[in-house]
Amino acid sequence: MIKDITIGQYFIGDSLLHRLDARMKIILTIAFIVSIFICKSFPALLLMVLFTFVVVLISKVPVKMVLKSVKPIAIIVAFTSILNIFYVRGGTPLVDWRFIHITSNGVFTAIFMAVRIVCLVIISSMLTYTTTPTMLTDAIEKLLSPLKLFKIPVSTLAMMMTLALRFIPTLIDEIDRITNAQKARGANLDDGNFIERVKALVPIIVPLFVSSIRRAYELADAMDCRCYTGGPGRTRMKQMKLHPRDFAALAVVVLLIAGIVLLNIYFKAVLVR
Amino acid sequence: MEDKVIIKFDNVSFAYEASEEDTAATQVVDGFSLDVPKGQFLAVLGHNGCGKSTVAKLINGILVPSAGKVTVDGLDTADDDKVTDVRRTVGMVFQNPDNQIVATIVEDDVAFGPENLGMPPHEIRKRVDDALKAVGMYEFRDREPHRLSGGQKQRVAIAGIIAMNTKCIVMDEPTAMLDPHGRQEVMDTIQMLNKERGITVILITHYMDEAVKADRVVVMDKGEIVLDGVPRDVFKNVEKLKSLGLDVPQATELAYRLRKAGLDIPDNILDEKECAEAILAALEVK
Repeated sequence: MIKDITIGQYFIGDSLLHRLDARMKIILTIAFIVSIFICKSFPALLLMVLFTFVVVLISKVPVKMVLKSVKPIAIIVAFTSILNIFYVRGGTPLVDWRFIHITSNGVFTAIFMAVRIVCLVIISSMLTYTTTPTMLTDAIEKLLSPLKLFKIPVSTLAMMMTLALRFIPTLIDEIDRITNAQKARGANLDDGNFIERVKALVPIIVPLFVSSIRRAYELADAMDCRCYTGGPGRTRMKQMKLHPRDFAALAVVVLLIAGIVLLNIYFKAVLVR
Repeated sequence: MEDKVIIKFDNVSFAYEASEEDTAATQVVDGFSLDVPKGQFLAVLGHNGCGKSTVAKLINGILVPSAGKVTVDGLDTADDDKVTDVRRTVGMVFQNPDNQIVATIVEDDVAFGPENLGMPPHEIRKRVDDALKAVGMYEFRDREPHRLSGGQKQRVAIAGIIAMNTKCIVMDEPTAMLDPHGRQEVMDTIQMLNKERGITVILITHYMDEAVKADRVVVMDKGEIVLDGVPRDVFKNVEKLKSLGLDVPQATELAYRLRKAGLDIPDNILDEKECAEAILAALEVK
């Protein structure tokens, strides 16, 4: 069961979104997040929602999975909306009863914030749904490579990220094994109050650390044997190449931002901030 | 015939440095000499702590001898400038496949070695495909390693070494963590590499049935070589092997006991078929 987990939350597929260059996807995701925050009028907001919707459709990721990524933040969305409703002042008062003052601005802000957060989460999870962790780390390495000028070891950092991703399933298996071994010796991991349960984790964490350190040594030897030096001169088998579709995607996002700016100018800004 | 020897241990000693708990430095290998000719399939046997893993690590410069000299294709492993060349010549496969796979995709892992050597991308692609086909893992090239079986993972690890085009592969108990099926897969791969590609193989193991398949068997005890020869000659020494805490192949053991019980059976039997024929012959004489 535990073997079935995917690293990250990559959804295997071959849509246009899957085939886009990972570097471009990262940049476009950042651009979209910025556009979320410049968006201030309702028509602009609508444009953003439409865009998000189209992206999900193109990706062919099942809507169910997309909703799953939104679920964990539902509470945050609800909480910020309620706070906004009660605390933002201005506009026409809607409810004015004792200490409860709800104004139109408050309601608008609440809707805006909720929609913004949901769009943000959906779009950024689209990035991880359609890009393998390997492609992501490679892209991050490439995008950060100018930092090499400042003597920041970008490729070593990327290697560390790759290794961390690689060892997640291995360590999950290990935790499983240790937990079973401790249970077989009579460890009680499920009962007791919070403190007791945290204490019960110690006999799992200690062996996990010991074995991880041993693994690290062996891995270092194995990497040495395969001539890894961490220095320059390393090439990559998979070269990243920008295709016309990547520039098309860039054009679409630029148009989206232009559209949002225009709609902001022509329609009344709802948000005061 | 100096040029035909690929790995040469010349009176090598190695001791792990004294640690806080263990004040005496432990001498693991002492005055060890061994020549491995090109293309040989050598099995190194010995029970735990006899220094066989240390010998493996000495071959490609993970460890450097405290006395004596190890040379690989004429290169001194103690020479820091040559260590990359040494590792281009000798690849190493370890016991636990999980701890030697570095990438999240099979083909990316196989590409790791050639990438480190700075080869051009299309050349890497060619080598990766070739190496994966050689170990029969080509269909699995875009899988995630953690979803493979132990034997498959170990074959991926071997492919990672083949892709570096090494002349020699050292394997440190590559089958110790595998089930019988996985062991068979890995042994078949090792034999294929040796026979078809002419790669020198040094297999460190404690499985007798694996050692039987080698061209030559070296038995180690307390950091020294105690027996050295073709499997047929080495496994004759049943009593000697047992005194070292090692087993002999089951067929050899059976023949040995029958001979002790008075049956006229030769002392150089290695597998079940030979054993059955010898018993039959002995019974017919009676």
